[in-house]
Amino acid sequence: MSERNRPIRMLVAKPGLDGHDRGAKVMARAFRDAGMEVIYTGLFQTPEMIATSALQEDVDVIGLSILSGAHMTLFPAIMDALKTVGRDDALVIAGGTIPEEDIPAIKEMGIGEVFGPGTKLQVCVQYVLDHAPTRDDDEG
Amino acid sequence: MKDDPDRKPSLAEATLAGDRRALARVLTHIENDTDLGRRALDTLFPHTGNAHIIGITGPPGGGKSTLVNEFIRTWRKQGRQVAVIAVDPSSPLTGGATLGDRIRMQEWFADDGVFVRSMASRRFGGGLAQNTLAVAHAFDAAGFDPIVIETVGTGQDEVSIAALAMTTLLIQVPGTGDGVQSLKAGSLEIGDVLVVTKGDRPEAAELARDLRNIRMIGLAAGSEVGGWEVPVVRTSAITGDGIDNLTTAIASHRQWLQTSGDGAQRVRAMIAAEISVRVQQGLLGRLSEQNHDHLEALIDRVVSRNLTAARAADELLSGM
Repeated sequence: MSERNRPIRMLVAKPGLDGHDRGAKVMARAFRDAGMEVIYTGLFQTPEMIATSALQEDVDVIGLSILSGAHMTLFPAIMDALKTVGRDDALVIAGGTIPEEDIPAIKEMGIGEVFGPGTKLQVCVQYVLDHAPTRDDDEG
Repeated sequence: MKDDPDRKPSLAEATLAGDRRALARVLTHIENDTDLGRRALDTLFPHTGNAHIIGITGPPGGGKSTLVNEFIRTWRKQGRQVAVIAVDPSSPLTGGATLGDRIRMQEWFADDGVFVRSMASRRFGGGLAQNTLAVAHAFDAAGFDPIVIETVGTGQDEVSIAALAMTTLLIQVPGTGDGVQSLKAGSLEIGDVLVVTKGDRPEAAELARDLRNIRMIGLAAGSEVGGWEVPVVRTSAITGDGIDNLTTAIASHRQWLQTSGDGAQRVRAMIAAEISVRVQQGLLGRLSEQNHDHLEALIDRVVSRNLTAARAADELLSGM
């Protein structure tokens, strides 16, 4: 079992075409305050952009914020893009306006957890702290 | 084992073979100075020494990342593989960081010849992270040239980047002070190229003139060493003005380093600085690990004003 002796690296991204980035910024701040190193890539991210960032930044966790309603189209495309670059080992979590009934299908795609409006920041942060994967060679 | 055809290549070997995922992972290990990271550097280092390492420093929001994005456009046209190491500050309270330079360089996501890596400063100081140069070595070995190191937003006194880069760009932003600012010592003196960004703003021409005048005075007074004449370049990312002049100035400086022999001296200075940082960190690590009780006892004596900090440090060092 390997152990992580370094801060968690996390990507916070907003996929697709909606301009509401307050949620993503609030989450980026919360993860930062929990001691994580957060790469913030902001608005209008395509699945391929997210995959490239995940690859180059070698993140442990990817947080997706989406309020456009296009999650059932974008999430599978993002998971595919991550697989293509070999980063489907990262933990992916999602937040935003996502209907309850979509959540089982989203988890089926391999997304760890979905956090809806009103979720306490500490709940999201604790989830990441508990579930961020350690990597095979983390002991180094 | 070495001849086993099924043996999985090490991260360093895969990095040299062009595997980007392996490179990204190696960078993490080097950043954290793990045993694996040190072993990877052992393998990678003989393949380094080819890249032009360019430092870019200046105030927060001064346009560093935007400018780097413009450079990438020029260098990609020349067919060069470009790496960017973008350093942002860590929190002094929690250790966390928001790394937000990448956001300005996203148009290259489908281009395998551009690799952007963010680093948190982890309170190292000087606008850099502790292992920034070691990360640059890995990019160098992987065939990237140039490698741009973008510092944390800096003020008047952060000069460490000049000891880590062959060519240092110093960014100044118009409209933030009068001509007296251009007179001050400090980071203004370390730029091999001075850049006035946001050049479309009305105060930009005046700032560029002030900077040029100050250099002229230095030359006339004989207090600036001749040889490389530091250019002042005004750029605008909005209009695109000045970007070509700037990339030309960077190329000229590289040429000058090679022909004047100054390049070899800089490389020696860079390596000396890198060793020195490692020694300092190693000593500090040993002090806090092995001499913890002794250190605490000495702190007690300084707190009660029975010993100066200088004498306490002497005592610790003499016991090592």
